[in-house]
Amino acid sequence: MSALAQTTNPLILDASGIVKRFGGFTALDGVDFTVRPGERVGLIGPNGSGKSTFVNCITGALVPEAGRVLFEGADITRLSAHRRARMGLARSFQIPRPFKGMTIRENIEIPLAFAAGETSRRKSAERAGEILHSVGLGPRAADLPASLSQVELRRLELGRALAANPRLLIADEAMAGLSDSEVDEILELLVRLNGEGIAVILIEHIMRAVTGFCERIVVLVAGKKIADGAAAEVMRHPDVERAYLGQ
Amino acid sequence: MSSLSTPYVEDRRGGLPRTLVWLGLAAAIGVVLFTVLGRFNSEYAYLAAYGVLQYVVLATGWNILGGYAGYVNFGAAGFYALGVYGSVFLYKLFPDLPVPVMVLVAAGVGALFGLGMGYLTLRLRGVFFSIGTLALSVILHTVIVNWEFVGGARGAYIIRPEDAPFFSSYAAYLCALMFVLAVIAVAIARTVQHSWLGRGLAAIRDDETAAECSGVASLKLKLAATSLSGAVLAMAGAPFPFFITYVDPATAFSLTVAVNTIAMPVIGGMATWIGPVVGAVLIGSLQQLATVTISSSANLLIVGLLLVVFTSIAPFGIMGLLSRRRTVR
Repeated sequence: MSALAQTTNPLILDASGIVKRFGGFTALDGVDFTVRPGERVGLIGPNGSGKSTFVNCITGALVPEAGRVLFEGADITRLSAHRRARMGLARSFQIPRPFKGMTIRENIEIPLAFAAGETSRRKSAERAGEILHSVGLGPRAADLPASLSQVELRRLELGRALAANPRLLIADEAMAGLSDSEVDEILELLVRLNGEGIAVILIEHIMRAVTGFCERIVVLVAGKKIADGAAAEVMRHPDVERAYLGQ
Repeated sequence: MSSLSTPYVEDRRGGLPRTLVWLGLAAAIGVVLFTVLGRFNSEYAYLAAYGVLQYVVLATGWNILGGYAGYVNFGAAGFYALGVYGSVFLYKLFPDLPVPVMVLVAAGVGALFGLGMGYLTLRLRGVFFSIGTLALSVILHTVIVNWEFVGGARGAYIIRPEDAPFFSSYAAYLCALMFVLAVIAVAIARTVQHSWLGRGLAAIRDDETAAECSGVASLKLKLAATSLSGAVLAMAGAPFPFFITYVDPATAFSLTVAVNTIAMPVIGGMATWIGPVVGAVLIGSLQQLATVTISSSANLLIVGLLLVVFTSIAPFGIMGLLSRRRTVR
């Protein structure tokens, strides 16, 4: 566990009893989930287990039917997505969603202006340059997103999340479809961000990335949490082996 | 490579000197325009210029929501009619009220109606939003048709003054007023484009969910855009009853207004303030030319053909084509 996570700070995220239904289908059934400041938590589960729905309930894209979401002690259950972003809760998307009509630099400047509250254009441009450099997109600042490769788009997603000045970053399948070396690139970036004190929730199917990066893993199956603990311990859990790994 | 949609990344705030340059440019265009119109010595010249300028205001107003935020408002004719009938209503109550005051009132009413439309429809996206705005326009049309005080289905006559001080005719005065409204509309659109509001609207247009997750208060920004757009659209309609002296619902809510208001920004380019101006001047002038050389019924045919061509081969409009050509060079 990182030094920051070992402190006695209160939970940065405390979601309890989250229920989300779509018509007669219960996508999330009383899920509890916590993250400490600076912690690296993995959220795994088979396709359709409710991971993305859970992320949407946490980030404000969906409102749960029951349950409560606390961020740094404040109840954000019914808060809009933009207000959560301004509080320091950032996400990257499973399928990259860049602002296609804007340059890479402009993509970074949007969360800088609207989430981080940077009102000076000069400072915003400087900070955008720093962020692009840190995610390895410095030389592409003036390009349009259409010219980026898949791994660069993932870097842009993370850069945009970073520009929101987050204390909790939710990386939703940030490595899907990438080669092994590209997965390592993104992991290296996430480790660096976590080293700056940002707690990370990693939603991923690539198990070597999850077990290598996360201190704790939460497993969702059919909208229910079936395991929550240290990576090695969770991966040996019989329910996880049966439900998630198909053994 | 430069972005097509957000030139605001360059710091274009030049403060007072830049504003003075723009005002000087607008004044120069006005002097040239009215000198040329004066040489024609014809009421029709003012009628034609009024028509083109009115479309500059309409296209520019529509683009604040439709172009910057990507929310296509099919109810533009409704807002225009709101301005038209706002003036009729005020004329019935206070016949001597100056037209600029009626324009101000129309802008206020248009802004409020835009805000209301936003609250009712902005939780809808894409085609559902567009249908919602069309429905509101139909409701407004029904109200006007059944409102006897403003003439109902029969329409209303306006007796305008014979002349106006400092102008050769009342038509020249109204044309000058419309020129001022066009300058105001363009100034609003340009300011929005280069402001934080324009940045947020551009993010919403590209991806609203991603924009929200980047801290953009999408509903608030869209409401600001619907209000501003509504104000400008209604403003364009306010002098019309005095120009034509008789209005009925068929004229105020006409298909020509509805189609042109959307087609002109699409053809000129929706990403920047200049696109709707280029589209309105170009299409508006072509239509005036067609009216005197072929028939006024050719107007919508011209727009229809150009729309098909531009949406097929140049979806970013004329300004997009020019911007791409500059980039290639």
